[in-house]
Amino acid sequence: MPETLHGAAEFVTGIGPTHPGALLYLIPLLPLIGAAINGILGYFLQQRFGKKVISFLGVGVLLAAAVVAVVSFFQLLALPSGERTLVNKVLPMISIGSLQLDLTFMMDELSGTMSLIVTIIGMLIHVYSTGYMHDDESYWRYFSYLNLFVFSMMMLVLGDSFLLMFFGWEGVGLCSYLLIGFWYQDQAKATAGMKAFIVNRVGDFGFVVGLLFLFWSLGGVWFGAQYAPVHGLGSDASAREVRYVVARPAHASHGTAWRGDHGTPTTVAVRLGPTVSFRELKGQLTLKNAAGKRPIVDGGEVAVHSRAERGSAAVVKTEPLTLTYGGLANMLVWGIPVLFLACLGFFLGASGKSAQIPLYVWLPDAMAGPTPVSALIHAATMVTAGVYMVARLNFLFALSPGAMTVVAVVGAATAFFAATIGLFQYDIKKVLAYSTVSQLGYMFVGVGIGAYWVGIFHLLTHAAFKACLFLGSGSVIHGMHYVQHHPGHDDPGHGHDAHEPRDLRLEPDPSDPQDMRNMGGLAGLMPVTRWTYLIACIAIAGLPFASGFYSKDEILFKAFTTGNLVAPLAGKLVWTLCTLGAALTAFYMFRSYYLTFRYRAPSKAHEEHVHESPRSMTWVLVALATLAVVLSLLGLPKLWTGTDPLFERFLEPVFAAAALKGFAHASHGLEWGLMLLSVAIAAGGIGVAWLFYADEQKTAARLAALKERFAPLHRVVFNKYYVDELYAATVLRGTHGLARMLAWFDREIIDGLVNFCGWCGRVGAWLNGKIDEYFVDGAVNLVADIVIGSGQRLKRMQTGRINSYAYGVAVGVIAIALVAYFLPGVLK
Amino acid sequence: MSLAHIGLHHYLVVSALLLGLGVLTVATRRNAVALLMGVELILNAANLNFVAFAHFVEGKVGGQAFAVFIILLAAAEAAVALAIVLAVFRGFRTIDTNATATLKE
Repeated sequence: MPETLHGAAEFVTGIGPTHPGALLYLIPLLPLIGAAINGILGYFLQQRFGKKVISFLGVGVLLAAAVVAVVSFFQLLALPSGERTLVNKVLPMISIGSLQLDLTFMMDELSGTMSLIVTIIGMLIHVYSTGYMHDDESYWRYFSYLNLFVFSMMMLVLGDSFLLMFFGWEGVGLCSYLLIGFWYQDQAKATAGMKAFIVNRVGDFGFVVGLLFLFWSLGGVWFGAQYAPVHGLGSDASAREVRYVVARPAHASHGTAWRGDHGTPTTVAVRLGPTVSFRELKGQLTLKNAAGKRPIVDGGEVAVHSRAERGSAAVVKTEPLTLTYGGLANMLVWGIPVLFLACLGFFLGASGKSAQIPLYVWLPDAMAGPTPVSALIHAATMVTAGVYMVARLNFLFALSPGAMTVVAVVGAATAFFAATIGLFQYDIKKVLAYSTVSQLGYMFVGVGIGAYWVGIFHLLTHAAFKACLFLGSGSVIHGMHYVQHHPGHDDPGHGHDAHEPRDLRLEPDPSDPQDMRNMGGLAGLMPVTRWTYLIACIAIAGLPFASGFYSKDEILFKAFTTGNLVAPLAGKLVWTLCTLGAALTAFYMFRSYYLTFRYRAPSKAHEEHVHESPRSMTWVLVALATLAVVLSLLGLPKLWTGTDPLFERFLEPVFAAAALKGFAHASHGLEWGLMLLSVAIAAGGIGVAWLFYADEQKTAARLAALKERFAPLHRVVFNKYYVDELYAATVLRGTHGLARMLAWFDREIIDGLVNFCGWCGRVGAWLNGKIDEYFVDGAVNLVADIVIGSGQRLKRMQTGRINSYAYGVAVGVIAIALVAYFLPGVLK
Repeated sequence: MSLAHIGLHHYLVVSALLLGLGVLTVATRRNAVALLMGVELILNAANLNFVAFAHFVEGKVGGQAFAVFIILLAAAEAAVALAIVLAVFRGFRTIDTNATATLKE
């Protein structure tokens, strides 16, 4: 079908024309090749040629993929705004009825941004890993998994359909499981991997349910007879009829008029009907007629072009026809709008992958994996997949304000709730984990309130500063590693993270390299780590001139003014939760900074053992810290520059077609006020952290007094509100009870049936044996017995006496003679 | 009754008598040598038949030729049989055929 058509069109659609992007397939393929080689041959390569080869391969493919991604991104940038969609159709996969599913990669502004995040931050973390994992025996396995992860993530990001996204979605879940349980000899780590996997299954279930709702609602009602044989082609199974509408792309980028080639208005073909392709879905859901009505969503008539295809060739062209649509927005299931249900399903999937309430519990445990994995998968990329999905489906979520409200409120609640848990954690990685959960909540707030670009912008900045924080913590753990082998502690750990932190113990374990109470005063010993960590802390806390400020402040501002939720009050509630969360974020991040790098003078043992990490690790930290600052440039607010932020303008075509109500107009004064408030709140959080954690000698007493006063509250928060225990008491116990019941059923009923079948078989065999014994063997023995018996009797005739034989001969001859004489006919 | 009246029937009667005597000898005597003698009688009965038929029916010498061969064969047979009898005697110290029936079981 021609993607671009010339001529007049009465419809307007949200999709624009596409351009070929022949290189896109390389971005997932290269890491896959690396994963395959390292996975299959890695062990031998490492034995034979050493770890250098593994590093070269693992980092090399990522570097190549990053180069391809950058080249494709620039190819994208060179296109005029509104046409920035590269499509690379690799293989046709499934063709059923009017559904056509291809292995197609698509890069638009959104997936281009994600590609850059995944490949570039992924590459940096690969480089960092060469230093961090250097002493691990399973080095090759680690890089194989890491490459496989990048492959899956790129399938998720670049796939142009739900199915490809789901493939990647499951793939990253698998890699997450494999890497959390990377040191699988440790029971706790293996369990953490399983926990992540199982919690994600719940979300994946939601994803599939949402997809089925959507697919059913697109196909079940609209076309009754779409699978009928195509006229003129008989019952040729490979032929199918495709219905489409010629529409004009609604390009709304800053008033630049849509320019078609040769001055004619350019149109695109919008395919109708059930689909799993994002582009086809977006095309039909954003379809508007000249009066601004949306026939597919609200109901109405559409003049449909129809064409029959066999394979890729058009065979028969049928006459145009007009179809009447009932309207997707009016469809109800159990009295609930189907769009709301579909969005809710997708959001359940997103909240599993992106660790939102109620499915966030796996992410803190996921810190059992190697620290670079925590940085790449559990902070920068995989956990943002849910945010990406909601942003990708902006046109769908925008149709259901209820679903958007759910997204925003759940995001805000998570942002606040996780931040409170982060307040009193002592494990440095746990602090960062809860911080990640909290920050993901902010991203969901961004995409939930309809400010999609800010959600993605926060995703981008968070990827940089959180990766920097995680890698900084990894560097610290790397330095603190010696405490595991401290005299008096024989801990047979597997690696840097071998020591599973005991959250529920208030006293520090002196052999735990991740416990911040064992640190303190590392600033002078690890200067690069310290400074980069500080910069990233400033960024996440939301102080101006670091990237976090611009993304978070914009989210808060948009939440305050949003009109896209079911009630204006919901926006205010979200804003309140997020603002409180921002204060807590600033506090706990600087608490972790003080406890790790300041707090007290370094101990003798620290001075002796702790040293700055190798160059492969530190320069990655520097690169990420630089990014954490430089990315600010993409999001300088309109208040400062007078124009919309660069990133907003860049992403606008992706989100322009979403049917949003928009944001309330706010005066400059209000905007300045909110901005200053959030700066003040961040500074306040930092100040409180300084007050209690700046110096052990001055502040410890103050802290102890406060803890004394709020002891019960502290205990509850310190124990993470007992949510894990709650899940253990409800979900886990329920599951175990169910499992026990099923086990009983299995043992008593199923095994009984199986045993009965076995018993039946045995009886049958016994019967068969008897039949064999008595009938078959009997017949055989009977024959033998007859032969033996007759032989016994006949042998008497053999007398051995010549005379009797002679008699016999004579008698026989005489008998024959007589017969021959009297009965001549007998012998003839 | 002259010799000229002697015809085929006469020879056949003699031959039948010889055969009957031979068979009787073989059937009744238990001495191995006597058995051999009975066998010789049977063979000679056959010889007589051959010669008689050749003379009265065929008119050529085919029967005589058979008779000569049979005499030759009988001599050979007698030689072999007597050797066996000698061997039997050496083993059993008797040539009673009933006493030597050890192969029957």
